[in-house]
Amino acid sequence: MADQNAPHTEITNPLLKWVDDRLPLVTMMNHATVDYPCPRNLNYWWNFGSLAGFSLVLMIATGLVLAMHYTPHVDMAFASVERIMRDVNFGWAIRFVHMNGASFFFIVVYIHIFRGLYYGSYKSPREILWILGVVILLLMMATAFMGYVLPWGQMSFWGAKVITNLFSAIPLVGESVVVWLWGGFSVDNPTLNRFFALHFLLPFVILGVVFLHIVALHKNGSNNPLGIDTKGPQDSIPFHPYYTVKDYLGLGAFMTIFAAVVFFAPDYMGHADNYIEANPLQTPPHIVPEWYFLPFYAILRAVPDKLFGVLAMFAAIAVLFILPWLDRSPVRSMRFRPVSKWFFWVLGVDAVLLGWCGANAPDDVWMGLQFVVWSRLATAYYFLHFLVIIPYLGLFERPKQPPASIADSVLGGGTGAAAVAAAKPMEKA
Amino acid sequence: MRILRLAKAAAAAATIALSASSAQAAGGGIHYESQEWSFSGIFGTIDHAAAQRGYQVYKDVCAGCHSMNLLSFRNLEGIGVPEHTIKVLASEAEIESINGDGEVVMRQRLPSDPFPAPFANPQAARASNNGALPPDLSLMAKARANGPNYLFALLTGYQEAPGDMTMSEGMYYNAAFPGHQIAMAPPLAADLVEFSDGTEATVEQMAHDLTTFLMYAAEPHMDERKRTGLKVVLFLFVLTILLYFVKKKVWADLH
Amino acid sequence: MADAMHGADHHGDGETRRDFLMMTTAAMAAVGAGAAIWPLVDSLNPAADALAVSSVEIDLDPIAVGQAVTIMWRGTPVFIRHRTAKEIEDATNVALGDLPDPQADDERVQEPQWLVLVGVCTHLGCIPLGQKVTDKKGDYDGWFCPCHGSHYDSSGRIRKGPAPTNLPVPPYEFIADTLIKIG
Repeated sequence: MADQNAPHTEITNPLLKWVDDRLPLVTMMNHATVDYPCPRNLNYWWNFGSLAGFSLVLMIATGLVLAMHYTPHVDMAFASVERIMRDVNFGWAIRFVHMNGASFFFIVVYIHIFRGLYYGSYKSPREILWILGVVILLLMMATAFMGYVLPWGQMSFWGAKVITNLFSAIPLVGESVVVWLWGGFSVDNPTLNRFFALHFLLPFVILGVVFLHIVALHKNGSNNPLGIDTKGPQDSIPFHPYYTVKDYLGLGAFMTIFAAVVFFAPDYMGHADNYIEANPLQTPPHIVPEWYFLPFYAILRAVPDKLFGVLAMFAAIAVLFILPWLDRSPVRSMRFRPVSKWFFWVLGVDAVLLGWCGANAPDDVWMGLQFVVWSRLATAYYFLHFLVIIPYLGLFERPKQPPASIADSVLGGGTGAAAVAAAKPMEKA
Repeated sequence: MRILRLAKAAAAAATIALSASSAQAAGGGIHYESQEWSFSGIFGTIDHAAAQRGYQVYKDVCAGCHSMNLLSFRNLEGIGVPEHTIKVLASEAEIESINGDGEVVMRQRLPSDPFPAPFANPQAARASNNGALPPDLSLMAKARANGPNYLFALLTGYQEAPGDMTMSEGMYYNAAFPGHQIAMAPPLAADLVEFSDGTEATVEQMAHDLTTFLMYAAEPHMDERKRTGLKVVLFLFVLTILLYFVKKKVWADLH
Repeated sequence: MADAMHGADHHGDGETRRDFLMMTTAAMAAVGAGAAIWPLVDSLNPAADALAVSSVEIDLDPIAVGQAVTIMWRGTPVFIRHRTAKEIEDATNVALGDLPDPQADDERVQEPQWLVLVGVCTHLGCIPLGQKVTDKKGDYDGWFCPCHGSHYDSSGRIRKGPAPTNLPVPPYEFIADTLIKIG
C-alpha cells in the first residue's frame, strides 16, 4: 500500500496463476482496477461514475426479481404489482428500491454529465468516451420510459399514449409507425407486452455500452479537475486502494441517502395518479412524466408545432453528441475558463428552470409570465448555449494558465494562484 | 468553489422537490388542513384500534357501493383482528365456487378470500349509482395527493352550496372535492355505526378512523417499512462514518 | 496520525488500530451485503397469498362409510377414505415383514376409520385409481396405479409393483370430531 509506483500485482496463488496463464481474467482485473493508474487529484465529483455503475447493477438485480412476480397483461399488470407490494416477501422493499433506484440512477448520471461539462471531459482524446455516455443516457431514457408504463397506472397509460403519439408527427409514415409501435390502434395489451420485453432487454444493452465506455476510458485514462494530462508516474496513483476505498465511501453516503428516501419517502418523487389503474376513457387533469424527463417535456411543449416540438426535444440530446466539436477551447477545465464557468452555471439554472416548466401546466402563470413563455426562453437559451456561446467562447475566451503538471500543483510548485487553487483538492477528504 | 457546486446540487434537488409539490398543487388548488395521524412521521404507526373501527365503517357504510378488491380477510390480521374473528367475518360473505359436478354454487368465504365487491362489474355499479362509478378504495389513500388529509376533508366537507353556485342534477356540494360537485351523497352521519369499543361515532371520529383504515389498506407494510428503515439508515450511516475513517487512513501516506 | 504510522515504536500500535478499523468496516460491509441479498432471495419463497391457501379444512361429515373424496391441497390431490371395518382389519392384520416399506397401520392414521393420503404414486408421480367406487383398487383393495402397475393396500402402503415407498400421509389434525385441517 505504501509503494504507489507498483505497476503490476503478482498473482501468488498457484491455482489462480494456472487459470490466469490460460484465461487472463485475473490479470485483466488487476490491470483495470488494481494497478490502473489514476490522476492523484480527482475530487468527489469523480465518484459519480462508479455510483452510476452500482445503480445499474442494483436496477438489474431488483428488476430481475420483480420480473419473477410481474404479469405483463393489461388485465393483471396493476394487480400483479400490488401483489408484489402486499404478498411477496419483501416485495414492497424490492419494488420501492427499483422505483426510487431509477430516480437515483438519473440523479447520479446527470451529476456525472455536468461534471463532464465542467471539467471538459468530453474533449479530445475522450470524444468517443463522451458519445458512448450520451448513448447510455438515451438507452436509460428509453428503459425508464417503458418501465414506467409497466405498472399500468393512469400516468403509465397516458404518458405512453402522449409520447408514442408524437411519432405520428413524422411526415408521410408517421401514422403507420405509431400503429407499428402500438401493435394495434391504441396503447393496449400488445404495447404493454412489447414494452416489458424491451424493458427487460435494454439494461443488458446498457451494460454492454458501459463496458465499451470503460474500455474507452482506460485507453486514455481519467480526466482530472485541472484538465491537464498526466505527465508521468508522479501524477498518478494506483486505483486500488486509493480510489476503491474512496468509491466505497461515496457508495456509503449514496446508500444512506437512498435508504432514507426508499424507507421514509418512497412515493415522494412519484405521482399519486399512478396508484389509479389505467382507464383509457378518463384523462388525468395533468399528464406529467417522471421528474427526470421534465426538462425535455418542457422543450417539447415549448414549440407550438408537433413535429418541430419532437425534433427540438431530440435535438436537445443530439447537441450533446457534437459538443466535442462545438467547444474548441484548448483548455479543458472550467477552473481556468473564467467566463465559460459562469455560463456553465447559467446552463445549470436553465436546466432546473426547464424542469420546473415541465412540471407545470403551460397556461399557468409564474412570476408574471406563462410557463409556456418561460419554456420558450429557457429552450432558446439551451440551444444558444451549445450552438453559439460555447463555440464563441472556445475561440475567443482568454483562459487562465493551468499549472505545468498535476504533481507540481499538488506538491506546491507550479504557477502561482492557479497552483494554490489546484492544490486544494488534495486537502479535501 | 465548493459552495457554488453544493448550491448547484441543491438546485437540482430543488427541481425534484418543486416538481413534486407542484403535482400536489395541481389537484384543484384547494388547501387541505393537516390532521393528526398516528402514522405520520418516521416513527408513526397505524393505530390498530382506530383502523378496526375504520374497517367497521367501511364494511357497514361504504362497502355497499365501494369495492376493495386488493384486500383479503386475512389482511385484517395486520390491524390486530384475532384469527377466529377474521374467520367469522369472512364466513358472513359468500363467493362463487364450482362443485364436483361443474355447477356454480356459493360457498362461505375464507380468510384467504378477498373482500366481497358490491357490484359484479363497473357497468352494474354505474347503473345503481346514476351513471357514476364509485371507485375501488384499496389504494385511495395513496391515489390522491396529500391522501389522508384530503380524504378526511372530503368526508367532513359536505356543506350547503354557496348562494351563487348552481348545482347540477343529483350532485352534492363538497368543500374538498375538486370542482366542489360530487355525485356521492354525504356518507356519514352521527351515530351511523355503533363501535364495539364504545367510542362515540361522531362524523369526525368515523372520518378519522375510516381514513386510518384506508391508509392501512393502501399500504399494509408501512409500519414494517418505517421500522426496517430506521435500522437500515442507522446502519448505513455508521458504516459510512467508518468508511470515511478508512479512507483517511488509506490516503494518509500520500502527500 | 501520520506520525503514529512512521514512528518506529508506535508503528505496531498504529497498524493494530488501522487493522481493527479495517476489520470492523469490512465485517460491517459484509453483514450489510448479506442483509441486502436476503430479501432478494426470500422473495422467491412462497408469498403470503400462497401461504394463506397452504392449508385446507375438510368437513368429513358428508363422506359415507366406504366412500372416498379427492381434494386439492398445495396443488396436489389428497385422498380421504372413510374406511369400512373390513378395510381397517385388512390393514392392521399384516406382517410388517411382508411390506416393501414396513409401516404399521396405526402409524398412518389418527382415527382408524379416516385415511388421509397424498394421492401421488411414489414411483413416478401418476395419480393412482381407487377413489371412485367403479375404479380398480388393485390386488389389496386399496389403490392401483395404472401407469406401471403399483398396488397399494387399504392403508395406502405399497405391496406390489415398482413404487418404492408408501403413499405419504400429509400433516393434518382434527380440529373437531369431523373436521380436519390439512397443512
